Amino acid sequence: MNEPLLSIRSLSKHFGGVAAVDGIDLDVPARETVAIIGPNGAGKTTFYNMVSGRMTPSAGQVLLNGRDITGQPPHRISRLGVSRSFQINNIFTEMTVRENVEVALAAFHHHSRRWFNLASRNRPIQEEAESLLERLSIGELSARRAGVISYGDKRLLEIAVVLATRPKLVLLDEPTAGMTPEETRRVTALVKSLADSGDYTFLITEHDMEVVFSLADRILVMHRGKALVAGTPEEVRRHPEVRKAYLGEDDDDQESLSQEAPQ
Amino acid sequence: MKNAILMAVFVVVLAGLVLLPWFTPYFYIFIATEILIMGLFAASFNLIFGYTGMLSFGHAAFFGIGSYATAMLLLHLQWPLVYCLIASVVFGALLALVIGFLSVRLNEVYFAMLTLAFGMMVFSIAHQWRSVTNGSDGIAGFTVGEFGLGLPLTLGNPAVYYHVVLVIVVLASALLYLIGRSSFGMILQAIRQNAERVSFCGLNVRAYRLAAFTIGGGFAGLAGGLMAPFLRVASPEMLHWSTSAEPVLMSILGGTGYFLGPFVGSAIFILLETWITSITHAWMLVLGIVLALMVMFFRRGVLGTFLDWWQERQR
Repeated sequence: MNEPLLSIRSLSKHFGGVAAVDGIDLDVPARETVAIIGPNGAGKTTFYNMVSGRMTPSAGQVLLNGRDITGQPPHRISRLGVSRSFQINNIFTEMTVRENVEVALAAFHHHSRRWFNLASRNRPIQEEAESLLERLSIGELSARRAGVISYGDKRLLEIAVVLATRPKLVLLDEPTAGMTPEETRRVTALVKSLADSGDYTFLITEHDMEVVFSLADRILVMHRGKALVAGTPEEVRRHPEVRKAYLGEDDDDQESLSQEAPQ
Repeated sequence: MKNAILMAVFVVVLAGLVLLPWFTPYFYIFIATEILIMGLFAASFNLIFGYTGMLSFGHAAFFGIGSYATAMLLLHLQWPLVYCLIASVVFGALLALVIGFLSVRLNEVYFAMLTLAFGMMVFSIAHQWRSVTNGSDGIAGFTVGEFGLGLPLTLGNPAVYYHVVLVIVVLASALLYLIGRSSFGMILQAIRQNAERVSFCGLNVRAYRLAAFTIGGGFAGLAGGLMAPFLRVASPEMLHWSTSAEPVLMSILGGTGYFLGPFVGSAIFILLETWITSITHAWMLVLGIVLALMVMFFRRGVLGTFLDWWQERQR
């Protein structure tokens, strides 16, 4: 196991009296892919929101390369190398596909403070945006308006925007949610190739078990805010409680799923 | 082809504006001066609203402070006009920096209400602080001397003053346009569409919103500075919340999606006001009907609707 890039120490979030996330510990080693699974309402998105700065934890610590980033605002955490996607597509719908990536690149290169350059003449940024779109196999869409491309392409575009800030740690929140099987295969293959390139460390939540087991080096299973099991995919697959609580090998399964409020 | 035609139209309109004093009566020179100044005021508002997506109801505060700055500097210190205008920009921007610092942390309706509240406070100060602002009478009785920069201009001549306004408004607008097209401007538009995504790209959205608000305030201050010598008075009405509504209405009339939209809106607003008030007192009723129809059927504004239709036809 490599040095942990991200270390989570007994992270918790309470809403009123309810613990949405309850004392989670997790190490994400550099250049590996860690998946978080669990039924709806298990606290995965709340967990993400705390790591990415969207929510302030009630207790616990988030360490990036050993540095405490707990409770920092999103733009600081992004600058430190953590970038995320959202469950619902989160892009700039009125801009072209390429401009979406250009915004993130301008932010990353500090061009965003230039008042008198012409953004539409910024060749280096445009070329960088094009090559990133090529890498995500949506290069031919670059001049289209982002609001009108297909759902799956929007998800890929959001990943392009996420990668444009050259993150060390990439958080993907259900990257294949709502996709057709064909789109799911495409995104999975892409994330796999990005992970295999060794440039990125991924933390992924996902409902699709096939996707999880094909991508993850390690898996954390969450249930009602707590860590149920953590280990390699093989360990998780064999674990009796996981089979009972999540993988649908028990009659209680449907019931426990339907009791959880959707996020 | 399409861009060439639009460019040609733009050049013809600009040439027409330059030559205006030679073929229209004085009355329309006054109207045109007002259209240009209010157009700049509306365009400065649109940087905040149309670009960055913040609906400010307190923009008159910056227009008004710019107006008072120029009027008081002319009255007490007899500065050349160009330095008064620079002071107006600085005062407008500084006031926007302070109000913006307290306002941009809030979103949507709360931001709108807060800017409205600050606008009312600034109005009250101008209205009540008699020893400095001369209360409801405002600052009057100043004379506009030289322009400065060694230019021999008789600013008392309405045609000359019109040309000064035209040049300053065109230069200021070019600057505002460039800001909108810069990388910074692209970020402002991204913030309007999805502020959360921008902050997750590593930018402090609040700082960018404050920068846009401050720049908008500076340009509004300039517009106010140009207004005082034109009206020969800086009065509290220029800071009133109803004055804050004018750039909002003008931007929506012309179209917030295009840079020149607020200028077109200013022209329509002021020309309609002039023509309709000469026929009937029910100007507000007509304006209300026009605005309601615009918002219901032509949400992109007059210029926006036309350019969208034109672009569609060219395909």
